[in-house]
Amino acid sequence: MTILTILIPVTLCMGAIGLAAFFWSLRSGQFEDLTGDAARILHGDDTPLPTPQTIHPKETTT
Amino acid sequence: MSDVGMGNGTAQGRAIAPSPLLRAQARADVRQSSDGHGLCVLSLPTIRCGGCVARIERALNAREDVVSARVNLTMQRANVTLRDADASPELIIDALSELGYEARAIEAGGTDIKGSDATGKGLLRALAIAGFGAMNIMLLSVGVWSGADGQTRETFHLISALIALPVVAYAGQPFFRSAIGALRHGRMNMDVPIALAVILALSLSLFETVQGGTHVFFDAAVTLLFFLLIGRYLDHLMRERARSAVAGLAKLSPRGAMVRGTDGTLTYAALETVKTGVILSIAPNERVPLDVRILAGCTDIDRSLVSGEAMPVCARSGDTLEAGTLNLTGVIEAEVLRAVEDSFLAQMMKMQASAEAGRGTYVRIADRAARLYAPVVHLLALATFIGWVVVTGGDWQSSAFVAISVLIITCPCALGLAVPVAHVVAAGRLMRMGVLMKDGSALERLAEIDCAVFDKTGTLTTGTPTISTMLNDPEMRSGAQALAAHSVHPAARAIAAHLPRSAVTVEDAEEHPGYGIEASVNGRVARLGRADWVAEIAEVADSAVSPAFAFEGGAAVSFDLSETLRDGAGDAISALQNNDIDVSILSGDMASRATRIATALGIMQVRDNASPADKIATLEELRQNGHHPLMVGDGLNDAAALAAAHVSMAPASASDAGRTAADFVFVRDNLNAVPDTVQVARQTARIVRQNFALAIAYNCIAIPLAVAGLVTPLIAALAMSGSSVVVIANALRLNRADKRARPATRTNRMAVPA
Repeated sequence: MTILTILIPVTLCMGAIGLAAFFWSLRSGQFEDLTGDAARILHGDDTPLPTPQTIHPKETTT
Repeated sequence: MSDVGMGNGTAQGRAIAPSPLLRAQARADVRQSSDGHGLCVLSLPTIRCGGCVARIERALNAREDVVSARVNLTMQRANVTLRDADASPELIIDALSELGYEARAIEAGGTDIKGSDATGKGLLRALAIAGFGAMNIMLLSVGVWSGADGQTRETFHLISALIALPVVAYAGQPFFRSAIGALRHGRMNMDVPIALAVILALSLSLFETVQGGTHVFFDAAVTLLFFLLIGRYLDHLMRERARSAVAGLAKLSPRGAMVRGTDGTLTYAALETVKTGVILSIAPNERVPLDVRILAGCTDIDRSLVSGEAMPVCARSGDTLEAGTLNLTGVIEAEVLRAVEDSFLAQMMKMQASAEAGRGTYVRIADRAARLYAPVVHLLALATFIGWVVVTGGDWQSSAFVAISVLIITCPCALGLAVPVAHVVAAGRLMRMGVLMKDGSALERLAEIDCAVFDKTGTLTTGTPTISTMLNDPEMRSGAQALAAHSVHPAARAIAAHLPRSAVTVEDAEEHPGYGIEASVNGRVARLGRADWVAEIAEVADSAVSPAFAFEGGAAVSFDLSETLRDGAGDAISALQNNDIDVSILSGDMASRATRIATALGIMQVRDNASPADKIATLEELRQNGHHPLMVGDGLNDAAALAAAHVSMAPASASDAGRTAADFVFVRDNLNAVPDTVQVARQTARIVRQNFALAIAYNCIAIPLAVAGLVTPLIAALAMSGSSVVVIANALRLNRADKRARPATRTNRMAVPA
């Protein structure tokens, strides 16, 4: 059972890290607009992908 | 997107140019940020989805005068940083209305300006801590339940205790504070037994841990807090959203006035700084900011929000006007009679406050349950203790353990969730129906009503009149329409909207406040307005009613103005009557108009010419006779009556005071919102009763086990979580009723002669 002396602190630490991450997200305003932020990702300004020509000019011309 | 629906509102808003006062007021809503930019918060009541957010942000951020803009969809508002601190948000609001979105500046200096919700964040933090504690302790508890013993078990208990102590101390605060507050006032609420059970469970477990005992209840105490905090956070979220939506509605009463200086210039001044005797200039389409006497000018005044009179009245030099009335046609110069704290508006507020105080405190259903529940359970625990001491021959330690386990297992976890969860689900449903609920107790009160009292103007009727006359002569028809289109008077607007549009040239249109409008139509002079005024240039029959229309030298025609019933008014009234709710009208308008509306809707009891004091008296009399009246009203004169009623509703078009006083605000025009809300309230009350029944049934099984000393921490954890889940699942059934579609509501508007 000595393994517990390592495992229990590990569990608690992982929990504490999760808790700290939650507090950080709360402070940085990520819970102020749950519905809006969920949709935001769909409406970001699209930057066009680099066209194949600019990456591999030789392959596409042949 | 939903641009189609918004087009209308924008077009109407466009018809009238913003008055100097409104512009100055909007500028006063911009605050200065620390780095010299201007900050303003806009309310966007019509945004619906992420697409709207993206469009608005893209449009605003592309503007030169905007540093940054961020839209919050949950709260339906936008935080905009303007480049200059003294810039006006008017331009932004115009740009948004071009996109099809209604926008309004929210008052600077308001308490909720930044949208930072401290209580909500505090609850979330407590919820996270409780969740962390519950998970870790449960992990250790599972180890103990599956057979850990000896040294291992004691270590597990010790670690659990070390986690549970700070977690309960932090996450339990909302309950402890509320319980202490209630006890200090000699009252009992649901938080008292909850706080007691948590503290007892914790101290018993600590004692057991020190003694090296087998049974500890740390998991039960912390999971209980976790569940209850979820309910409490949802409850808070619901109220916050409703509050934000109400705050976003258009403010009708002005917050400042245009003051005429000694040198003749006009400056904007906040209302609090305007003193008696100061000269104000009031432009058309502005509300009168203070009680004033007209010095110069002549105009038509819409008093519908103040006194309930449906039709505008003429006011000229020497007349006094109350704060809150709407100036329709002419520019007037007026002298302030009373400062803001003595104004008509302030008197109404005082009446409202005293009416509220007189209503007496309503005891929430959960607190009523706690009053019965707590003594029973605590006496039961005491009896168990005494019984076990007698039976075991003085073993007070194990007797105390059994007695406390009775308290823990009967802890009203399910009872604490029974009400808030049902209310949160109901509030979500109401919000989808366009009804904003201020707090949960209103829903309980609404379920109890047995009579409904309606205001007439603006509640049963819409503010805008319609005409029923149809002109046959095409020349008269097009002339009247074209002339009417040049006026903002409600009667003229009704005529312009009713008659078909045609190509007619109108020149030299001149509005004569109090009389009507005159112009040259296709080269002929024509007048539309009071019959005796039109008679100056044309032939008017002696008995002709106003408004009349005529070309110079021609014969006049009169229009019959009628008040328009709100959509669904007939359905709503009969739906209420079918549910055994007595409906009556309480109007400040004249008898003939009130009775006509009552007859059209089949309402038997009518009270007309009621002053605000009469309205309060009527409602108090109803209450003293043992009735639970629902008041539906919109005006300033209704505000006190709304506060005096058992529960109250107001349309979104109501005066600011009316909306503040009302428990529910319905944003759609349809009056069916009233019976629908009553329906939801009654369903919710039924679900709440079922939840209580479930919680009591659970206790009936659990208590004998606990008294017999058979409850182990495992059974306690299972039983308590199980009962909470059952109660939540039952409350969610309220959403299902939503899918049963309402019979299609009739949308034809009925007109009643005024």
